[in-house]
This record gives sequence, C-alpha cells and structure tokens, in this order.
Amino acid sequence: MSNIHQQIDNDVKSNDVVLFMKGTAQMPMCGFSGRSVQILQHLGVPFKDVNVLASDEIRQGIKEYTNWPTIPQLYVKGEFVGGADIMMEMFQSGELKQLLADKGVAAA
Amino acid sequence: MAMTAQEIERFIKEGLPDASVEIRDLAGDGNHYAANVISPSFKGKSRVQQHQMVYAALKGRMGGELHALALQTSAPQE
Repeated sequence: MSNIHQQIDNDVKSNDVVLFMKGTAQMPMCGFSGRSVQILQHLGVPFKDVNVLASDEIRQGIKEYTNWPTIPQLYVKGEFVGGADIMMEMFQSGELKQLLADKGVAAA
Repeated sequence: MAMTAQEIERFIKEGLPDASVEIRDLAGDGNHYAANVISPSFKGKSRVQQHQMVYAALKGRMGGELHALALQTSAPQE
C-alpha cells in the first residue's frame, strides 16, 4: 500500500466518520460537498473533514483507494458508504441515520 | 470537454447491454446530468457496487470529462 493510501487508511480507521470533500466543513467548495456537510450536520454527527483540494496526492489517492471516481466520499467506521448521491438517497430514506446508529456513532 | 446525453447513454449501454437508461440534463452545460439506470445485473448488488458498474462503463470519464452525474440505479422490480 502506497504511503498516501496508508495515510488515508489511517484517517478512515482512526475517526468514526470521515468526509473527503472539496473545501472544508466551514467552507465547502463544491455543491455536492456542501450538501454532504449539511446532511451530517443535520444528523448532528461529528465528523472529520479532509479537504482533497489541499493535496493532489490525496485527491487522486482517495479515488484509487476505494475505486470511486468522484468527491465527496463518506466513510463510517472505516467503511466506504458512498458519494453525494448515495448519501442523499440514504439520508432521505432514513438509512443513513440507521447506519450511524447501528455502527454506534452517537449524534452529538 | 463535455459529454452529450446520447454519449453517456451509449457508454452505459455498451457496458451494461441489458440496462434501460434515462438521462436528464441538469444544467445544459454538458457537465451536469442525472441518470436513472435499471438493469437486471444490479440484482443483489449494493448501491456502491451498482454505481461502480456504471462508472466502469463510462471508462474513466466520470470525474474527468463528466463532472457530475447524479446516479440512481436499481434492478427491475420482479
């Protein structure tokens, strides 16, 4: 595993919820990333935001790490959950809230 | 670089011959589309796997030429 994948692997395994996004939670730089932040904030779940725009290595590495070509990407307890579409679909159906509860990720 | 709805549909159908594909242009800029893809080969697959199958059919264009493709995938209702 390349060191960027190691770094990503470490990020997703040492934080309950990680959102790889364009920009930061305070300053999303893309509509899809912004919407994903709003979903997590609405659910009141603390998460670590990783700004892929700050490093091309992460931006490329994350796509290879999970064979998913777009940003944002959500990870819960080290598992890839999906991108903006899947997050929205799961949020609207209540599945995302259920997944977080099942994984023991308490809302703040 | 952008893509037309027809090109996206053709790529998806080449990759998933049994799929029915409906493309909606979200922004008219050749870069933001929504696609509803229904295919028997999605049966038993998770959403992530289904979307990865569509991305594979797009042969690396997703995230490059094509900035945004809001995907909805499902297996046909029995």
